[in-house]
Amino acid sequence: MQLDKKGWAVLKMAVFLLGLAPFLLLTDDAVNDRLGANPIEALHFGFGDWALRFLCIGLALTPIKTLTGQNKPMRFRRMMGLFAFFYATLHLLVFIVLDLSLSWQALKDEVPKSPYLLMGLLTYLLLIPLALTSTKNMQKRLGRSWIKLHKVVYAAGLTALVHYFWLVKKDYTGPLIYAGVIGVLLGIRVVVYYRKKVKLLYFESR
Amino acid sequence: MLIKTHANILSSEITERAVFESRREFIKAATVLSAGALLPGSGQAKTGSYADAPVGPYSAKLAVTGREDVANYTNYYEFSTNKQDSTVLAKALKTKPWTVEVSGEAENPGVYNLEDILKDNPVQERIYRFRCVEAWSMVVPWIGFPLGDMLKRFKPSSKAKFVEFTTLYNPEIMVGQRSGVLAWPYVEALRIDEAMHPLTLLVTGMYGDELPNQNGAPLRLMVPWKYGFKSIKAIVKIRFSETMPETAWHKSAPNEYGFYANVNPEVPHPRWSQSRERVIGGSIFTPKRETEKFNGYGNEVAALYSGMDLTRYF
Repeated sequence: MQLDKKGWAVLKMAVFLLGLAPFLLLTDDAVNDRLGANPIEALHFGFGDWALRFLCIGLALTPIKTLTGQNKPMRFRRMMGLFAFFYATLHLLVFIVLDLSLSWQALKDEVPKSPYLLMGLLTYLLLIPLALTSTKNMQKRLGRSWIKLHKVVYAAGLTALVHYFWLVKKDYTGPLIYAGVIGVLLGIRVVVYYRKKVKLLYFESR
Repeated sequence: MLIKTHANILSSEITERAVFESRREFIKAATVLSAGALLPGSGQAKTGSYADAPVGPYSAKLAVTGREDVANYTNYYEFSTNKQDSTVLAKALKTKPWTVEVSGEAENPGVYNLEDILKDNPVQERIYRFRCVEAWSMVVPWIGFPLGDMLKRFKPSSKAKFVEFTTLYNPEIMVGQRSGVLAWPYVEALRIDEAMHPLTLLVTGMYGDELPNQNGAPLRLMVPWKYGFKSIKAIVKIRFSETMPETAWHKSAPNEYGFYANVNPEVPHPRWSQSRERVIGGSIFTPKRETEKFNGYGNEVAALYSGMDLTRYF
């Protein structure tokens, strides 16, 4: 498919609106009281799920390029990453503002005793510098270190998984599915990395 | 009959009325019901099959949670680990006829028809607070009878130190039992003094009507000072035991779920705090409630555990 500049702008806008859709739908459900018996939990889990989904989509683009040679999806990498950050922010805000009602005492009582909450917080802290340096300008300014810095997203993917595993009471189906997806996406990178290394060694030895 | 009041859990703790009125249509019904509960003896216009059940002792004068919320937010792993899915899947369960097998250290073991049990044990309504180990809570008008009254009829011997309960095992219907998420069938147990305590109920209904399947029909336990997982559903077996029985959640994660499982804000779950609870039925802006020791039933039950280290025997 060949797209001109205008076509790309339209496509980007469409993808952007699609990314915003879960937020709009969940907010609409919250306003109209369609979130069931525990609306805060539904919002909180909803936003957390979407943060993880966008993280997975963002992590999928490089392997797609590697495997198919298609590099056009890479143009959406920044947007996917920022949507992951957007939903992670909402996930955290629902927790602090709605679940803890902005109570410092509640925060002190609940967060330190809870390893999965600490792991969630760590994940969010890892995402902050990535979101802050996501602009083209920052990318240029940081040069090669930008690439190094943004490898932190792999760590964030793993800590997000641990966060999910630790919060689940017994049924690990959900976190296992995400572990499978993230495992494959990171696994492809590991394979590619070692293949390159092997090739390099091969050429060096000749 | 004598209506005992419940000093520790009284009017000052009534959930804000505004919380309920701000929500869906059915909330209206709930507030009507709670208004009725506030005035024992006033004519309550109930239509269910237990509409005439008298208010029993220990029934707290609390605003009750909306019935729809209680009926659509249930942990019933025999059907699904999803709280909404279990509501739908549980419809397949046939609860009539139903028998309960009584065995162990008692003079009158046997297989009893639930119908006969109910003839001997007239039901009453008890509004109890219900606190899940997942840090959410509800207030539910249960219909049931004191477990102890029934157990006495089986004449437990002096060797009966514990009472063990078992849920129906039927993976054809209880599709969650096809997975190994817990060791099936689900087993729970109480110390005999806990089982004989007048707060402990066997429940057959709620909101003046039959118990919905997803809430544990036709017969479930209700131990209001313990985390919800103790209150086993769809009971088919009761066994008097000399030794402490192994229970389902304890077996699956002994460091996380103790035998006693008394509600206690001072003893956090290893993975989360138990200091507060999300009260089901509020709006998204309702703050959490501070959890009370023994779920607010300390005056009645704290003596059962005097001298015990509750951080060790959690």
